[in-house]
Amino acid sequence: MLTALSELLNHWLPPLLAEVVLVVIEIVPLLIVLILGVAFLTLAERKIIGFMQNRIGPNRVGPKGLLQPFADVIKLLLKEVVLPANANRFLFLVAPLLSITPALAAWAVVPLFPGFAIADIDAGLLYVLALTSLGVYGVIIAGWATNSKYALLGAMRSAAQIVAYEIAMGFALVGVLMAGGSLNLGAIVEAQQGGLQHWFLWPLFPLFLVYFISGVAETNRAPFDVAEGESEIVAGFHVEYSGVAFAVFFLAEYANMILISALTAVMFLGGWESPFAGLDVLGPLAAPGLHWLALKVCLFLFCFLWFRATFPRYRYDQIMRLGWKVFIPVTIVWIFVEGAMAVMRLGPWSA
Amino acid sequence: MASLVFFYALAAVLLVAATGVITSRNPVFSVLFLVLAFVTSAFLWMLLEAEFLAIVLVLVYVGAVMVLFLFVVMMLDIKEAQLRAGFTRYAPFGIVLGLIMAAELIAALWLRGSQVPILASATPRQAGYSNTKMLGQVLYTEHVYAFELAAFLLLLAIVAAIVLTMRRRPGLKVQDVARQVAVRREDRVRLVKMQPETRQ
Repeated sequence: MLTALSELLNHWLPPLLAEVVLVVIEIVPLLIVLILGVAFLTLAERKIIGFMQNRIGPNRVGPKGLLQPFADVIKLLLKEVVLPANANRFLFLVAPLLSITPALAAWAVVPLFPGFAIADIDAGLLYVLALTSLGVYGVIIAGWATNSKYALLGAMRSAAQIVAYEIAMGFALVGVLMAGGSLNLGAIVEAQQGGLQHWFLWPLFPLFLVYFISGVAETNRAPFDVAEGESEIVAGFHVEYSGVAFAVFFLAEYANMILISALTAVMFLGGWESPFAGLDVLGPLAAPGLHWLALKVCLFLFCFLWFRATFPRYRYDQIMRLGWKVFIPVTIVWIFVEGAMAVMRLGPWSA
Repeated sequence: MASLVFFYALAAVLLVAATGVITSRNPVFSVLFLVLAFVTSAFLWMLLEAEFLAIVLVLVYVGAVMVLFLFVVMMLDIKEAQLRAGFTRYAPFGIVLGLIMAAELIAALWLRGSQVPILASATPRQAGYSNTKMLGQVLYTEHVYAFELAAFLLLLAIVAAIVLTMRRRPGLKVQDVARQVAVRREDRVRLVKMQPETRQ
């Protein structure tokens, strides 16, 4: 369908313009799905945590509370954006945009279904790592531009935390790239074909744990949410944000959660591959497709919510200790083990 | 044609950002301009099809080094007058340094230009060309000793930085995590049997 569309566009438009139009046509549905995903993720969060705490959760707007996210969005859009008198106006307003852009731009290289990513680039893994590390600027700049002590403290905590966990994340990705033999995310998914037992989850189990937990820390989610720790620093970096500006920060946080879930699914759970691939008796169940990726993303998103409902917030020094003294050594050791196994031709990457 | 337009647009942004680094009054803005300069130069490298280097520039400099820079600059309480104070004293030194660097750049361009036509547009690589693979092959075969030496130097720098933080200060309260983890319920909680009090 996409090739037919591109032929059609090439017929009517000059080649450069045709390419731009095609990419926009690919981006728009993805963005709409993402933003709807964020909207319903907020509802799911409140419902699931509600059930875990023996409450009902939102149930007033629409059937079973299904329209609650739209009510929230309309409320946020109609509210006034308050600018603190001593804030730096330009940076104060740019910061939310800086945090949402990388969260959305990273989706360009995520392989959505067999043979398709919006930008199927060679260095996809590096691109993802670079973009997820850019997200911290929104938080830091927001904290500084607000000109408030609480906000600055939140920004400082967030910066230190993200720098610490990014290294562990990067090392975990080195393991994935060694196993997949490529930096291209599509090729990494294809290296995991053949069903459940061929996923990188098994040989790279420690790296999988490190990557996902670091992902939780990078998105500033509970139990690593010291950057906004409401009991000590009120709301951290976004203490003075209101209305649309706050909504954009909110969107960025949830979009980042979906992104981390998708990346974990792509790199360790075989992305769009079916867990039953190879068992042809199951018919359509064994076929790869977007629905498998979506299902895996939902699984990880559920884990995000589950963590939030279960764990108390980490103390700051414990966060630093976990990042620097536990995760980084674990990843280094496992990369060494992986290298040794590859040299001795053991395990799935021996070919 | 399109890449030429992109090049000049990005180069203009890069020059503006680089000027911003040295002219902005607030050091936080200087750091942010430097971030912008790094990002635009990464885009320029991307135009030269050096995608590995471009992404690594963003990853290392923008994603890690500049975050720490920003971190430190925000924490510092810098008075503007203090910054201005040394300007005339250091200006000649800065000008000389700038001139040396400009001369080096021009010499390098001129030397290279006499052998290879670098100012001509680069020929696009064929589809299967992987920048990352080529770099890896060169680094781990031809330049392996230099590469290992650089890695060793970096390791030394890490160790040195850690040693610098190891100084003992009196009156410092540090949590001993091993002891915290080793704590059992019996160490902290004492169960006391009490008869229920009856009302007289």
